[in-house]
Amino acid sequence: MELNSNIPEGPMDQKWSLHKGKIKLVNPANRRKYHVIVVGSGLAGASAAASLAEMGYQVSCFCYQDSPRRAHSIAAQGGINAAKNYQNDGDSVYRLFYDTVKGGDFRSREANVHRLAEVSVNIIDQMVAQGVPFAREYGGLLANRSFGGAQVSRTFYARGQTGQQLLLGAYSQLSKQIGLGAVKMYNRHEMLELVLVDDDDGKQHAKGIITRNLVTGKIERWAGDTVVLATGGYGNVFFLSTNAQGCNVTAAYRAYKKGAGFANPCYTQIHPTCIPVHGEQQSKLTLMSESLRNDGRIWAPKDKAVAEKIRKGELKASDVAEDDRDYYLERKYPSFGNLAPRDISSRAAKEACDEGRGVASSGLGVFLDFRDAIKRLGKDTIAQRYGNLFDMYQCITGDNPYETPMMIYPAVHYTMGGLWVDYNLESNIPGLFVAGEANFSDHGANRLGASALMQGLADGYFVLPYTLGNYLGEQGIAKAGKITSDHPAFEAAEKSVRERIDKLLSIQGDESPRSFHQRLGKIMWDKCGMARSKQGLEEAIKEIQALRKEFWSRVKVLGDGDELNQELERAGRVADFLEFGELLCRDALMREESCGGHFRVEHQSMPNDPEVKEGLISEGEAKRDDENFAFAGVWEYMGDDVEPKLNKEMLTYEVVHMATRSYK
Amino acid sequence: MQLHLKIWRQKNSDTKGQFVSYELPDVDEGSSFLEMLDIMNEQLVEKGEAPVAFDHDCREGICGMCSLVINGEAHGPERATTACQLHMRHFKDGDTITIEPWRAKAFPVVKDLVVDRTAFDKVIQAGGFITARTGSAPDANEIPIPKPIADEAMDAAACIGCGACVAACPNGSAMLFTSAKVGHLNLLPQGKAEKDQRVMKMVEAMDTAGFGNCTNYGECQAVCPKEITLDFIAKMNRDYAVARVRNFFNKAS
Repeated sequence: MELNSNIPEGPMDQKWSLHKGKIKLVNPANRRKYHVIVVGSGLAGASAAASLAEMGYQVSCFCYQDSPRRAHSIAAQGGINAAKNYQNDGDSVYRLFYDTVKGGDFRSREANVHRLAEVSVNIIDQMVAQGVPFAREYGGLLANRSFGGAQVSRTFYARGQTGQQLLLGAYSQLSKQIGLGAVKMYNRHEMLELVLVDDDDGKQHAKGIITRNLVTGKIERWAGDTVVLATGGYGNVFFLSTNAQGCNVTAAYRAYKKGAGFANPCYTQIHPTCIPVHGEQQSKLTLMSESLRNDGRIWAPKDKAVAEKIRKGELKASDVAEDDRDYYLERKYPSFGNLAPRDISSRAAKEACDEGRGVASSGLGVFLDFRDAIKRLGKDTIAQRYGNLFDMYQCITGDNPYETPMMIYPAVHYTMGGLWVDYNLESNIPGLFVAGEANFSDHGANRLGASALMQGLADGYFVLPYTLGNYLGEQGIAKAGKITSDHPAFEAAEKSVRERIDKLLSIQGDESPRSFHQRLGKIMWDKCGMARSKQGLEEAIKEIQALRKEFWSRVKVLGDGDELNQELERAGRVADFLEFGELLCRDALMREESCGGHFRVEHQSMPNDPEVKEGLISEGEAKRDDENFAFAGVWEYMGDDVEPKLNKEMLTYEVVHMATRSYK
Repeated sequence: MQLHLKIWRQKNSDTKGQFVSYELPDVDEGSSFLEMLDIMNEQLVEKGEAPVAFDHDCREGICGMCSLVINGEAHGPERATTACQLHMRHFKDGDTITIEPWRAKAFPVVKDLVVDRTAFDKVIQAGGFITARTGSAPDANEIPIPKPIADEAMDAAACIGCGACVAACPNGSAMLFTSAKVGHLNLLPQGKAEKDQRVMKMVEAMDTAGFGNCTNYGECQAVCPKEITLDFIAKMNRDYAVARVRNFFNKAS
């Protein structure tokens, strides 16, 4: 596998502008001859489709939901970062860049991150221009707040519904182009295969997709000059996660099986502030915005006996004396306190619960307490800042957080791994571009709060419009629209999709797809969740293999292929998760270090480590191995039931030198 | 708890539907309404019966995909709550619960509880946007927006496009949805330039899509999970009237 990152020459802060100056342009009159396929309509997909259409390309956009407005970007609550320095608190492009590289535990690609920080300022301008009602101060200027992991207030927000407002902004731009006929939108269509076509340069290029119409079951072929995947993350491999029910790995995994490298699949972000699991019937976890950590104080009882009384309902949280509370983040990370980055906060909560000091009925929960904030600022101010989040919490749990502290526990949230892409967001398959959460490049091993929305929009609005044109320009106008869907490659791809559907329908076993998904999720969470070990991962791989065999002999999918069949949809996605879960565990097993959202119990700081003795970090923190693991692990598909091959993109840091992350 | 369910089953948009009764033992009070349906579907699959199709995705009350009429009310009995955020603790052991899809001419039933809401997308495509070319926007703080205006725009923008307003309206009107979008964009300085065109085109698209007229029943506001108010309908009517007049005189001159 050839992994050329194509990072442009020049100093870090000029790479993007120099690159933009050099890349090929497509003549406006020629753009309409090119057909671009965009899969996914979230922040990255919708903004890319809208921008490319506005530039004059013919665009087809596909989503599995009933409308592009429902993409899961809509659920992001807290905010979007931008290095505007409107608050005059010392923020800058460099600082956002620095924080993101450091927050990602030095496993992201420096040049991509710098570009992300640079265009962050344009994103806010763009979104405001198109009518996103960000929070304002009384003087009419934009308001900002600070967000997990940051010491400056660089986060722009629209109540607790920032993702919704940004997505609706991108959706409105997309809708405009649909109305004009520049984008053809295909709702309730699921991409089930990527089509590669041999080109005269001896390489296979991405030239189309196969979809299933989820209403009629019709399998269709779509040819294009290039394909953009903006299909989100794969957190649902854990079954319980904060992702929407439909989020899946299928499109990305199909691309992987066609030869696209899958990078860092083990980097899963566990978000620290979710509502704890309540029972066996649960289907998803709900995230409480991290912005709550600005004013809420996180604690667990100091004493196990006190925690047990709370669990049994014999003691109320509000009756626990100040001296009996352990504000563990403030204690362990005094300079960041409750705003410590997500991986650090998550592990600290797990630790408290592992020590028997957890408080939810399951013992897997800690308190997020607003008592002091309400005393300091008054109930009204708190209601104004977080009212909708408080209401949401009450609706789900039945408890009133103004009176009793919320309970939270970490849950699977965002996945930093994804398809490998170069600086142009092009995968190792020529013509296949990957944007947003579906690619791997910008967040390293851990994503800072309020940066997912930033990346989705950066990729769609400000990167792809340039770099995709570069690919098309290099291809040359003579090739525009030359490949049509009657090419044999489309026939073969369509056939494999049909066979797979027929196979799923023919097994007629005795266990539902959902039940298999639940079983997979349990293996993943227990053995590849917040903490991982060699032994656990080896067991997990064997268990997943066995589960996969069982699936293909015992799964029960009712109904037919030529109708709306939600069981069939689920079965196909679970089948891919059953393969992908193994890949994720393999990656976790390979990575003999702890970094960001990847914590191997064998690699943690010990009492005798120099950094611990110096008081720079506590014991039990993630311990990176920069000498041996400063690379992106890129997996190459070698065949079914054959071990995939590991390729490495070495990561070098020109500007931000690798250092121990300390939040003390 | 044990529940008796009466659920609307309909194979597709060409066939007639009917209510079918199901018994469901052992529902956890902490489960959401959709988790309750998941459990029921698992039991149907086990018995070899086709599970009930229903739309859902984020299950956090924000994507707007869930769309159930529960005991005659869009999104069920709790105010300002989507079906996915409705929890079983609001029901009692032994309750009979009737579950239907959205009912509106502009939202044809696709299957069981799933309806087609693309008519909403059509309304947005007609004018629910601000023309802003990518990459050339002025600095965001160059357009100061007084906080009360930004807040009011946000109140309107909170609409999740679920369609409960249409389902609850005896006329199947989409006025609350459309007025929310018009209200959001027309209130903001960035949206002023296209104000007249926007409201006229969106109202026209709404009529073309087959939505009924507003006759001030107010059912839409009562069921709206995001508490969008009728004030926005009044605002839209004003914007529409002004746009018509202005349009008339512009043409005359």
